[in-house]
Amino acid sequence: MPDAADIKSRIEAAIPGARAEVEDWTGGGDHFRATVSAAAFAGMTRIEQHRLVYGVFGEEIGGPIHALSLTTISE
Amino acid sequence: MSEQQNPIREAISSAIAENDVILFMKGSPEAPACGFSARTAGVLQSLGVQFAAVDILPDPRIRQELSALSQWPTIPQLFVGGELVGGCDIVSEMFESGELAELLGVSDASEESEAPAVTGGGTLGIENRL
Repeated sequence: MPDAADIKSRIEAAIPGARAEVEDWTGGGDHFRATVSAAAFAGMTRIEQHRLVYGVFGEEIGGPIHALSLTTISE
Repeated sequence: MSEQQNPIREAISSAIAENDVILFMKGSPEAPACGFSARTAGVLQSLGVQFAAVDILPDPRIRQELSALSQWPTIPQLFVGGELVGGCDIVSEMFESGELAELLGVSDASEESEAPAVTGGGTLGIENRL
């Protein structure tokens, strides 16, 4: 089961130049909240920005990661 | 398996095409089964818009097909005019900024408190067609 630090490092590794702040929302290891800033978001709609982050985790979203609440910031 | 042979996906597509504002959620607006679904339905109710609601829980294939169609992994999912607007985070963000009211063509939130919209939970009955 991933923890907040895993999620942070996977987002930052997968999206060049991204910085992520991740917290375990409930302490249960399956509801996370992340704020992600990245230059890569420039020119994308919010939907596309969120899809890019969700894409890092693929099938894990809705599986072991029950929820990943996102705020994305284009730099 | 081609799309033509996928009645669930077709039913979802038709529901999205036929309902200008449609929310796929866990549970119903009256009895939401997840906090994110509750919050998203609550936002729509507070704006006083009519919306169709589909409970994805009765059959796991609804969620599977919906996510394949929308390329969006989580529930809830709000569609307006046939387009995915987003899930709870985006809908909440757009509500707070006033963008959602604008998109839905309603006056901003709480100013005029019309009677709460009667929502379509159950009346759409997509689950019955699947």
